[in-house]
Amino acid sequence: MTSATEEARFQAHIDAEGKIEPKDWMPEAYRKSLVRQISQHAHSEYVGMLPESNWLRRAPTLRRKAALMAKIQDEAGHGLYLYSAAETLGTSRDEMYRDLLSGKAKYSSIFNYPTLTWADIGAVGWLVDGAAITNQVPLCRCSYGPYARAMVRVCKEESFHQRQGFQIMLGMAHGSPQQKAMAQDALNRWWWPSIAMFGPPDGESKHSAQSMAWKIKRHSNDELRQRFIDMTIPQADFLGLRIPDDDLKFNEETGHYDIGPIDWDDFWAVVNGEGQCNTDRLAARQKAHDEGAWVREAATAYAAKRAARKAAERIAAE
Amino acid sequence: MSEQTSQHETEWPLWEVFIRARGGLDHRHCGSLRAPDSEMALMNARDAYTRRGEGHSIWVVKATNIVASNPDDKGSFYDPADDKVYRHPSFYQLPDEVDHM
Ligand SMILES: [Fe+2]
Ligand SMILES: [Fe+2]
Repeated sequence: MTSATEEARFQAHIDAEGKIEPKDWMPEAYRKSLVRQISQHAHSEYVGMLPESNWLRRAPTLRRKAALMAKIQDEAGHGLYLYSAAETLGTSRDEMYRDLLSGKAKYSSIFNYPTLTWADIGAVGWLVDGAAITNQVPLCRCSYGPYARAMVRVCKEESFHQRQGFQIMLGMAHGSPQQKAMAQDALNRWWWPSIAMFGPPDGESKHSAQSMAWKIKRHSNDELRQRFIDMTIPQADFLGLRIPDDDLKFNEETGHYDIGPIDWDDFWAVVNGEGQCNTDRLAARQKAHDEGAWVREAATAYAAKRAARKAAERIAAE
Repeated sequence: MSEQTSQHETEWPLWEVFIRARGGLDHRHCGSLRAPDSEMALMNARDAYTRRGEGHSIWVVKATNIVASNPDDKGSFYDPADDKVYRHPSFYQLPDEVDHM
């Protein structure tokens, strides 16, 4: 079979909502795109633990601390599910990890903003996890089986993340005037970066058309962004907080909220390394990797020792 | 390059994880992980895949020990069963008087 017919058959299978599994034939470009998308997603889960861990030891109560710890553990798990899914495409974990540490691979730019106060932890859970969920739910139906299945597990766990964030916001928004001011300040700083998380506008999105045809992306950036905005604004109203956008208004005709212009220059600057925390985040990951080396070595040595002991016992028993 | 190869050689083996959600159900594949040996694979599987009571029995199987059919055989490997319609209950017409069987 020529590769053109293979490719036509592949596309027809996807058009019919068929799934692709690791050993199935796939175009090289599909494989490459998926590795880029899934590993980028994995790196985001992994780097995403850092802004929150910043407040772990300063959480205001033990209950809040336990909940935040559980959320951060989940994010580590999400990283694992996604690295595993990417590995089924023939890329090794070490390779992906090396690309993250060298700065070659990207992760979601949102994690290059600092978490300045405890209210930021609320805003991150509510807005950043909220935006992530909006992105991830449709991916449960993406064409690549291992990625879709990983997304199902991730989405099941995510809803608790957003709720714990919203609950922090609720407590602060309905607390003392100082607490309310902190909540508003956090919303002011996290609103626009969260909106930008959906990526550039549809007209300027590099890989969009092909990814949609392959169903490794199911909705356009602008569509998902609008969905998130429409969902979130009533929640902000309920909190009694103001969305930092003077142009924001409900459009009676479309039934959607219209927002003001997004500052894409800021977005691209952060993507390209000029965010407040880009250097810190990678340095923290590098440090964790270096300082964890002895643990990995010890585990390997322990496994070897245990295997040798078992072998000796077997020989003695014979 | 040589450093790259040696790093690959030290990568821990891949384990596939299967979990029984409740007594009476089959173990079901739920994901994979890397670990240096079976015991650590089990512990990691518990930590990664059963954080919310997802199951009470775990199997871990070294991925290299799994023998899989070839997806390219999709047709021929299974066609011995294709022409045996009489294996299905719908093949058998029942008289109207006997409606539950
Ligand atoms: Fe996550
Ligand atoms: Fe999350």
